[in-house]
Amino acid sequence: MNPHRRSPFIIVAAALTYFFLYAPIVGLVLYSFNASKTNIAFEGFIPAFGELKTDGSLIAQSPCGLFHWYCELAKNSDVIEAAGNTLTIAFTATIVSTIIGTMAALALQRYNFRIKPFSQLALYIPIVIPEIVMGIGILTLFSQLFGWANATFGLTGDARFTLGMATVTMSHIAFMVPFVTLVVQARLQGLDKSYEEAAMDLGADEWTTFRRVTFPMILPGALSGALLAFTLSLDDFVITFFTNGPGSTTLPIYVYGLLRRIITPQVNALSTVWIFVVFVAVLLLQILQNRERKPHL
Amino acid sequence: MLKRLRENKSAQGTLLALPTTLWLFILLVVPLFLTLVISFGRRGIDGNVTFVFDQNHTPFDNYIRLFGYSVTNCHSGQAACFDPLYVNILWRSLALAFNTTTLVILLAYPLAYFIARARPKQRNMYLLMVLIPLWTNFVIRVYAWMILLRKEGSINIVIGWVMRWLNIPFTPLEMLYTPGAVLVGMVYEFLPFMILPIYTSLEKIDPSLYEAAADLGANPLKTFFRVTLPLSMPGVVAGTILVFIPVMGTFIVSDILGGRQVILVGNLIQRQFLDARDPTFGSAASLILMIMTLIVTYFYTRKFGFGEEIVVA
Repeated sequence: MNPHRRSPFIIVAAALTYFFLYAPIVGLVLYSFNASKTNIAFEGFIPAFGELKTDGSLIAQSPCGLFHWYCELAKNSDVIEAAGNTLTIAFTATIVSTIIGTMAALALQRYNFRIKPFSQLALYIPIVIPEIVMGIGILTLFSQLFGWANATFGLTGDARFTLGMATVTMSHIAFMVPFVTLVVQARLQGLDKSYEEAAMDLGADEWTTFRRVTFPMILPGALSGALLAFTLSLDDFVITFFTNGPGSTTLPIYVYGLLRRIITPQVNALSTVWIFVVFVAVLLLQILQNRERKPHL
Repeated sequence: MLKRLRENKSAQGTLLALPTTLWLFILLVVPLFLTLVISFGRRGIDGNVTFVFDQNHTPFDNYIRLFGYSVTNCHSGQAACFDPLYVNILWRSLALAFNTTTLVILLAYPLAYFIARARPKQRNMYLLMVLIPLWTNFVIRVYAWMILLRKEGSINIVIGWVMRWLNIPFTPLEMLYTPGAVLVGMVYEFLPFMILPIYTSLEKIDPSLYEAAADLGANPLKTFFRVTLPLSMPGVVAGTILVFIPVMGTFIVSDILGGRQVILVGNLIQRQFLDARDPTFGSAASLILMIMTLIVTYFYTRKFGFGEEIVVA
């Protein structure tokens, strides 16, 4: 029996499911070239290059032609700011959560200590509890804490503690760390402890053993943990929604805000750029993984 | 002191795990505890949370209200003090989460099976095609359905073409802002989270088992139900956890695709914190939500086990 043989039913079902996955994305991209400002129906592509001319709610010609909405997007300072915030938060939170998450994975895998059961239990909280429960909990913590601190120290105006970049980043670290730890732990399980023991037997002290043996072995695990954490942070809506404040709007929050008001094809242009970036990132990752794998085959 | 640390393995472990443990304690455990405390309070006249109670207010009012007793009606001695508003919301969320999970399993399984049986070279490409929608932002994916489901949207246009070709009169359907739109949106959002774990568990199955089943006279259908399906259950369980829990708490899909028509627990909680501003009631609702998901997850994993496939997605 050929293991790659699949029944026609499976092939048709798979094709339909792929269609279901991609049809909305194709629609999204198509509407980013919409001539209609209101963006309710697709009223054709923007026909010509030239000075900006409108015909009712339609764009008749634009300096960027077909790519009118992408040019508008590039001029939109709110989007630029939100993109900057998103990346700042994602980078900071990824670095911190990768470092402390990897440390915790090492501790849980290689050591026995008194708070171990508690540490292990805490790691499962973000997996088994809906994000909104964490979101409103963190919001309550910060608002109670800040309310108390502002009153006690008599802080007013700009000196007050408020929700912002710091609170979003701290909250992101909290839900990202468990994923980093679980990924690194899974890698560590597959690693033989005897390499470290051999290094010690050959006279290396603990620090040298860590630097020359353990660290290179856990590096791939830590990197894939970091990558997962980074994408989780970029994608996060719920936790950010409850912990952001003035000046810390991220892209998902910005898009959500637009959806509740007037939606121009700019939102589609932004989404298309986002999908394109994801596409390139997934492709690069695949190429990198293939290169990493090849020598072993 | 450094020397003592070097010899004390337990202290080393504690030190390594301490940053993560503290961080999770302060930002996850303490907030849960605060939520519990606040859920017993009530909103004072100044808008702040108070814990002062009298004959009209008890610490359990929020829970009583959630489970269907209109507190004002009951305290003023009216006969009809049952108010099913919030029980309906809880029930609706639970039912939607069950429906979504079932539909997602039915859609994800054939695709995961298709990918797992593909030749290794094509397999990577097929997987990649699942990852791209998964990594596209959650909010953007809901918006995409808004375009499709609108009265002037693509689905109505396509149906219109077909109907005109068949010469059947057709008025565009109102699909946006209906419970159906929310269900479709949820299924779309969470489908990749089910495909990946099922694929992982299917890929692990040794192909010689299929041969053995065939040699022993099982037809393909019997092989599937007796060999493939049982061995891929860990993937289905992991996927169910990854889908069911977030669907219970999501408020964006119902907010954008359901308008004001479909209110789920998530929307209820969000509004208590931001619009209606009664964090005490919102806290009680969110604890009930947490307990509901924990109970379902507990019984589900106790029956089927807790697979390691959960990490892959």
